[in-house]
Amino acid sequence: MPRCRHERAGSHPVSAERLLHVSHATKTFDVSPPWLARMLARQPRLLLHAVDDVSFDIRRGETLGLVGESGCGKSTVARLIVGLHRLSSGTITYAGTDTAALSTGGGPRSLRRKLQMIFQDPYASLNPRWRVADIVAEPIRAQRLVRGAHATRARVDALLTQVGLAPADGHKYPHQFSGGQRQRISIARALASEPEFLVCDEPTSALDVSVQAQVLNLMRDLQRQLGLTYLFISHNLAVVHHVADRVGVMYLGRVVELADKPALFAHPQHPYTRMLLDAIPDLTMAGKSRVPVAGEVPNPLSPPSGCAFHPRCPFANERCRREAPPLQPARGGGVVACHAIEEGRIGPESVFRESAVAAVPK
Amino acid sequence: MRASREKPPFPPGGGEGRDEASACATHVRPLLDVRNLRVEFPTRRGVLTAIDDVSFTIAPGEVLGVVGESGAGKSLTGAAIIGLLEPPGRIAGGEILLDGMRIDHLPHDAMRRIRGRRIGAIFQDPLASLDPLYSIGRQLTETIRTHLPMSESAARVRAIELLQEVGIPAAERRIDHYPHQFSGGMRQRVVIALALAAQPQLIVADEPTTALDVSIQAQIIKLLRRLCRDHGTAVMLVTHDMGVIAETADRVAVMYAGRIVELGPVADVIRAPKHPYTIGLMGSIPTLDGERERLVQIDGSMPRLTDIPAGCPFHPRCNRVFERCLRERPDLIAAGTSRAACWLHAALPA
Repeated sequence: MPRCRHERAGSHPVSAERLLHVSHATKTFDVSPPWLARMLARQPRLLLHAVDDVSFDIRRGETLGLVGESGCGKSTVARLIVGLHRLSSGTITYAGTDTAALSTGGGPRSLRRKLQMIFQDPYASLNPRWRVADIVAEPIRAQRLVRGAHATRARVDALLTQVGLAPADGHKYPHQFSGGQRQRISIARALASEPEFLVCDEPTSALDVSVQAQVLNLMRDLQRQLGLTYLFISHNLAVVHHVADRVGVMYLGRVVELADKPALFAHPQHPYTRMLLDAIPDLTMAGKSRVPVAGEVPNPLSPPSGCAFHPRCPFANERCRREAPPLQPARGGGVVACHAIEEGRIGPESVFRESAVAAVPK
Repeated sequence: MRASREKPPFPPGGGEGRDEASACATHVRPLLDVRNLRVEFPTRRGVLTAIDDVSFTIAPGEVLGVVGESGAGKSLTGAAIIGLLEPPGRIAGGEILLDGMRIDHLPHDAMRRIRGRRIGAIFQDPLASLDPLYSIGRQLTETIRTHLPMSESAARVRAIELLQEVGIPAAERRIDHYPHQFSGGMRQRVVIALALAAQPQLIVADEPTTALDVSIQAQIIKLLRRLCRDHGTAVMLVTHDMGVIAETADRVAVMYAGRIVELGPVADVIRAPKHPYTIGLMGSIPTLDGERERLVQIDGSMPRLTDIPAGCPFHPRCNRVFERCLRERPDLIAAGTSRAACWLHAALPA
C-alpha cells in the first residue's frame, strides 16, 4: 500500500514494504516477593505490565522513533524485538518470519544476522578484556560470514574505517577509548553481521552533545549507504525529531500516539504528547520558561484505571477513569489513544497551555 | 565559634543579618567572587591542572550557569567552592571569596560550618544525597539544628514549612516517610529543601535535573527559579544541558578543558555565541524547529588533562585556527556583551 511520504532534502528511500510488524505485544514481569514471604504475608502474585498491547509497523528504510519517560516500557519493546525478552503474548514478525524463537536462542540464523542492537551504555556493552578487533569480529566468526583469518581481519578493518576509527585501533582495548568512540565500536560490531535492521536503545544518551552530533551524523550516513532501517528509542524529543521519520509516544507500557514526524511535532494530538512537547527546553526562547507537566508518572505496579494518563490530564472525565482508550485513526494520518479526542472534547489547537498551567500544583 | 584563623577583610559572618531583598542588580558587591582559581591533581607522572585560571562572580539573587561537556572541569569548580575536592585534588592558586571573605583555604571545621549554613549544595543523584536509614524529617531537623539554634519541635515545624515550600503535597504526613517512599522528582525536592534548611546565601547545584525525566525537570527548574527570586539566593548551576541553562540562568560560563572559554548573558551566548567552541556546541544540539540534514559536528574530542595543547586548548579542533592560536593562550576578551577566550576577538575589537 503505497503512501505519500513527506519528502525532505536528500531524503532516503523508504519503501512501502512492512519490514517489522509488532502485533498486540505484551510483556509482564513477575516481581512477586519469594514464595514463602508471599505465603506468610498472604499476598497475591505481583505482576508488572511493562508493555501492554503494543502494535506498530516499521517499513523498510525508515526510522521509527519511540519516545517516553523512564519506565514507559520503550526499552522493553527494544529487547522484545531482538529476542532478549520473551513475549508474554502477541507476535512480532520480521519480514514475515515470527521472531519468537529468537528469545530461546533459536530462530533462523539469517534472522539473527539481520536484527542487531546498539545499547545505551558504551561502557557496559563492550567486553573490557577483549581487543576491539575481536569484539567487532565476533559476529563475523559466529555467523561464519567470511572464511579465514585474513578475510576476517580485512572485514574488521573495513568496518572500523566505516565508523570513523582507524584499523590500527583494533589492537586496543575498550578502556582506551572515549564514550563516543566506544559507541562507534558498538556500531561497528552491530554492522559486522551485515544487518538490515538496527534497534538503537538510547544510543546517544550517555554522550556529550558534540559527541552525540558525531554519532547521529554517522548513523544517518550509514542509513544512506547501507539502506538500514532503525528503531530509535530515546527520551529526548529533540533527538527523535532529528532522526525519525515516524514517531511513537509511549506512556506506562502503551503507545498513546503514533504519527509521521512532521504531523506529530506540528499538531500533537494526545494530551501527553502536547505536554511533553511543552516541557522541552527551547533554546530559542532563552529566559522564557516551559510549561511543566503536572504530576509524575504513576507506579507501573498499580497503574491508574482506565486511561493511564488520566490523573495528569486536564481533560479527563468519568469515561477516561473507567475505560482504557484504544488507538484510533486521528487527524493528520496518525493514530491516537484518547477518549477526549475521539469525542471531540479537545480541539486541534485548544487552550492547552493555560489549562496545563492551571493543573500544576503550586 | 566562627572560623578564627581567617583574616576577614570585611566583618565576618556578614551574611548573617542580610536582608532578603530580591537583589538582582549587578552593581552590588558580588556574593561569590572566584579569582584565577587553579585546581591541581598531583600524580606519579606529574601534576595535572584540572582547572586553570578560572574567574567569575555571582551576585545575590543571580543564577550563573556553568556549562560544558564531561571533563571540562565544571563539577570540579563547584566542588572547589563548597570545599569538597577529592583528596589528591587541591586548590593550587587563586582565591574564592564568599561575601568578601576568603573561603578557599579554611580549615576543615570552619568550612563545615560554612557549608550548609551559607552555601547549600544540590547534587545530581537525589538518592545518594539522602540517608536511606533515616526519615526525611529526621534528616531535615538534624540539618536545621546543626546550623540554627532551634528546639527539636521548632525545627520540625520549620522542616514542614520547607517541604511545603518545595512543593511536596501533604508535608505533615510525608515528613515521617523514608527516602525510598518518594519518587525521583520528589526526592530531588527533598534534597532542595535540605539545601535550603539554613537559608544559605549561595546554592551550588551540580546537575540537579540530569537524573530526572523532562516533565519533572521543568518542575524542578521552576522551583529553583522561584526560590532564587523569593529569597535572593545566588545559584551556581552546573549542567551539561544548554536547555536547562537557557531557562534558568541569567549569565552563563562555558567551560572547555578546565578553562572558561566564554562568559556572558545567557540570551547573547545562546543566540550569538562568540567562541568557536560555543558556536559548534550550539549547532550540535538537535532542536525542534526546522529540518536539518546534519548536525554541526566538532571533530575530535576534548583533550585529556595529560596533554592539553599549548596555546589555545581548543585549537586542534577549531575551524578558524590561525598562527597565534598555536603559540599564545587567549584570556577572556570582550566580544559584544560577552567575553570570549579567543584571538579572533582580539583582531577585530567589537
